[in-house]
Amino acid sequence: MTLTARRAANGIMTGLCGLALVVALIPLVSLLWLVISNGIHGLSLDFFTALPAPVGETGGGVGNALAGTLYIVGVACLIGVPIGVGAGVFLAERGDGQLGDAIRFTAEVLSGVPSIVVGIVAYGMVVLPMRRFSALAGGVALAVLMVPTLARSTEELVRLVPQSLREASLALGVPQWRTSLKVILRTALGGIMTAILLAVARAAGETAPLLFTSLNNQYWNWRADQPTASLTVQIFNYAVSPYKDWHDKAWSAALVLLLLVGALSMAGRLLSRSRLR
Amino acid sequence: MSESAQPDGIKIDVKNLDAWFRGTQALRNVSLSVPKNTVLAIIGPSGCGKSTFVRCINRMHELVPGATQTGKVFVDGKDLHARGVDPVDLRRRVGMVFQRPNPFPTMSIYENVAAGLKLNGIGGDHKQLVEKSLRQAALWDEVKDRLQSSALSLSGGQQQRLCIARALAIGPEVLLMDEPASALDPIATAKIEELIHELREALTIVIVTHNMQQAARVSDSTAFFYLGELIEHGPTERIFTNPREPRTEDYVTGKFG
Repeated sequence: MTLTARRAANGIMTGLCGLALVVALIPLVSLLWLVISNGIHGLSLDFFTALPAPVGETGGGVGNALAGTLYIVGVACLIGVPIGVGAGVFLAERGDGQLGDAIRFTAEVLSGVPSIVVGIVAYGMVVLPMRRFSALAGGVALAVLMVPTLARSTEELVRLVPQSLREASLALGVPQWRTSLKVILRTALGGIMTAILLAVARAAGETAPLLFTSLNNQYWNWRADQPTASLTVQIFNYAVSPYKDWHDKAWSAALVLLLLVGALSMAGRLLSRSRLR
Repeated sequence: MSESAQPDGIKIDVKNLDAWFRGTQALRNVSLSVPKNTVLAIIGPSGCGKSTFVRCINRMHELVPGATQTGKVFVDGKDLHARGVDPVDLRRRVGMVFQRPNPFPTMSIYENVAAGLKLNGIGGDHKQLVEKSLRQAALWDEVKDRLQSSALSLSGGQQQRLCIARALAIGPEVLLMDEPASALDPIATAKIEELIHELREALTIVIVTHNMQQAARVSDSTAFFYLGELIEHGPTERIFTNPREPRTEDYVTGKFG
């Protein structure tokens, strides 16, 4: 191949890669553009703090839905983070046997289960026995979604902690369990925080598992045993309604959700970057 | 120190020790003893079982998957593998410093030194113990104004002395040092050697080293290991000036290694 030919091939390939990038960016950018351009008009301080207004009335917001999403995700964290992180630490520290393989396999299968199926399971496990939709049921559904990814990423992060630190701790006469907890886990904590934030961001964007677990609520609710509004379900309800007014609100709520998830992911990435510094 | 130390002055006594990693034998029938408040240097080419030997003294060897051992190790006349001996307890009495400095990265300088006290729930005046240990490790003057900064902000030599201070803080009777100066520059090495001289007053020390001058400088007795066997053990001066075994002579004079 001559120099010119190589240069030409190089140019063509670079061009093709650039083209692929543009094609990949089209849906992302158009999605952002669509949500922002349609949602930005509806945003005001009121929109973040007020209760939804009935059809036809102006004003109103998604304050309760925003709070509800944070509430349900908070419940999910309370349930899912200890289980997920604990399972991850177990897998990394003691997971070389058959039990570890079984847990790993289960986590893999579980992370592939469609979220709506997880919703049905939470419906059967929590909603039916309690005879009501509740924030708790929604939290359980989201927790089930969080656990497998959290467990796997925690395992990887704990395995990344150098063996020399474990030895340093053991050589000081620190028992195994305390070494795992106070030295290994502490060293991996920055990464685990990032993993938690990313899992939370993913969970906050889920609709299907919440439809028949936390349902919805037109008012503020802080009780775990009551139906609770969430941004995603609110968007769904607004979007399928026949009212133009509500369609606009769906866009604005979508923008709020996008901002929330974006902020969480960003915080997670910043955290991991400051750790790597 | 002479080879004829009183038996009751023996701190570490190793009898017919064999050690394996899965199928590979790392130590073959090693027997030797270390008198109280002396320094034993262990020399020998790479892979001759030096590290394995010291790791048998605080039962770190058995933590490696697939590692086994036979034979006996006594500290203060007590069999380490007798029933009822808690390895966790043992490791508080037999401290260890590793080849590479391994301070806890998420902890400050102060927290690193206090780690053994805190994690083991040992009470007492931590502040004073930390200062004492850092002084013992000849690090105090360099870090006293920044005890709260990260342990990783220290240089390699300082980190290693920090690890020594960390090991000293819980008050061990024996200190095992696995090539503690191999990753350090000559100045830091000299500091650590000086340190070993001072620590001998209070501790019994076993130091693994690749550096024969170092062994000659710091130790009372020297053991030469080759392919998992203890070839020769005796007073340092004699090992280096008048070895009995030709293999020892070849090694200390640099003919192989």
